[in-house]
Amino acid sequence: MIKVVHYINQFFANIGGEEMAHIPAELHKGEVMGPGLAFKASFKDEAEITATIVCGDSWFNENLEEAKKTILAWVKEENPDVFVAGPAFNAGRYGVACGTIAEAVQEELGIPAVTGMYEENPGADMFKNKVYTVPTKNSAAGMRAAVANMAPLALKLAKGEAIGASCQDNYMPNGVRVNFFEEKRGSRRAVDMLLKKLADKPFTTEYPMPAFDRVPPMPPVKDLSKATIALVTSGGIVPKGNPDHIESSNASHYGEYDITGVIDLTEDTYETAHGGYDPVYANEDADRVLPVDVLRDMEKEGVIGKLHNKFYTTVGNGTAVASAKAFSEEFAQKLIDDGVDAVILTST
Amino acid sequence: MVKGVEGAGLPVVHVCTVTPISMTVGANRIVPAVAIPHPLGNPALEADEEKKLRRNLVEKALHALTVEVEEQTIFE
Repeated sequence: MIKVVHYINQFFANIGGEEMAHIPAELHKGEVMGPGLAFKASFKDEAEITATIVCGDSWFNENLEEAKKTILAWVKEENPDVFVAGPAFNAGRYGVACGTIAEAVQEELGIPAVTGMYEENPGADMFKNKVYTVPTKNSAAGMRAAVANMAPLALKLAKGEAIGASCQDNYMPNGVRVNFFEEKRGSRRAVDMLLKKLADKPFTTEYPMPAFDRVPPMPPVKDLSKATIALVTSGGIVPKGNPDHIESSNASHYGEYDITGVIDLTEDTYETAHGGYDPVYANEDADRVLPVDVLRDMEKEGVIGKLHNKFYTTVGNGTAVASAKAFSEEFAQKLIDDGVDAVILTST
Repeated sequence: MVKGVEGAGLPVVHVCTVTPISMTVGANRIVPAVAIPHPLGNPALEADEEKKLRRNLVEKALHALTVEVEEQTIFE
């Protein structure tokens, strides 16, 4: 029987949400937990999960080397035929953790690995060329489909069977070409595609253009003591009570708040609207995310010319890349119109 | 958002804890922070020590804004 080790985070292990994201890695020998049950059902009698490794998302990302070392030692001991991580859907730190550990297991132990996540998960861009990564929906509502694609791929990898093209074995294109015979010839497919395009129907290109999504660095600030510096955050800092109702995840808008005369963010005046990290520390003192207090000191001392009197904020938790792009283009223009010279953008 | 700001023409420094994400996203000036739920603070410290730590990080961020960069740079 094929042996599988499964990696999941604290949330899917039913230990807790963000308030438990700090927990170190745990090895559960002989236990099938959370999404592992769906994998078990899908594996039928072909494979068994011999151990589940659970790790807090924050702990993994903040203690990368220790996390890798600890988990690799356990996986080595279990010596599975395949390692399965996630699926992580659109949880950013979880996706990065899944990709990191799956790659490490593959590279350092020579054990094949598979993971799954939403295409906008930062872990996807980081690891899809290194580890077979199955595209999933952006929330756990897509669990069934995710497992239905990840489990057969895991079995194939465990058996050492040849993996087909990404469109056949349902993983994100990873830069490796796999030849196969199309049923219809090229001219026919091209005309079919053109007809769909003319009729405004969805079609799938066979040759997607690569997305080179970089912006050139802007020239530096020449003289800080004359510069106006603005604060922006994706950490969800808002005036107490969240007056504009910025959503705790998948934010649909951003907030613009006046901090004229504000020299310190306090527990009574500011909080975080973010639902993707433990809010206790930011609610106690929002300067921990948006450093207004320190910048006011530096403004007084003349280190910087001025702290801009407005800050811009949203919740970067499963928020669509398209939304973040639209928000930032809009408020960047306002910052420019207001004569701001440079921006400090903080993320949690 | 970092790219949206820089693309509009403003130099920007990204202060964040998981720097590999910032690299993937495409920030050009990056300053590593303390921890995910408190990037510019540490609740384990006394208030004045914590503010010193924050000042230090903000100074690093401001310094990064004064440096010419050609490619993505992490300011340790």
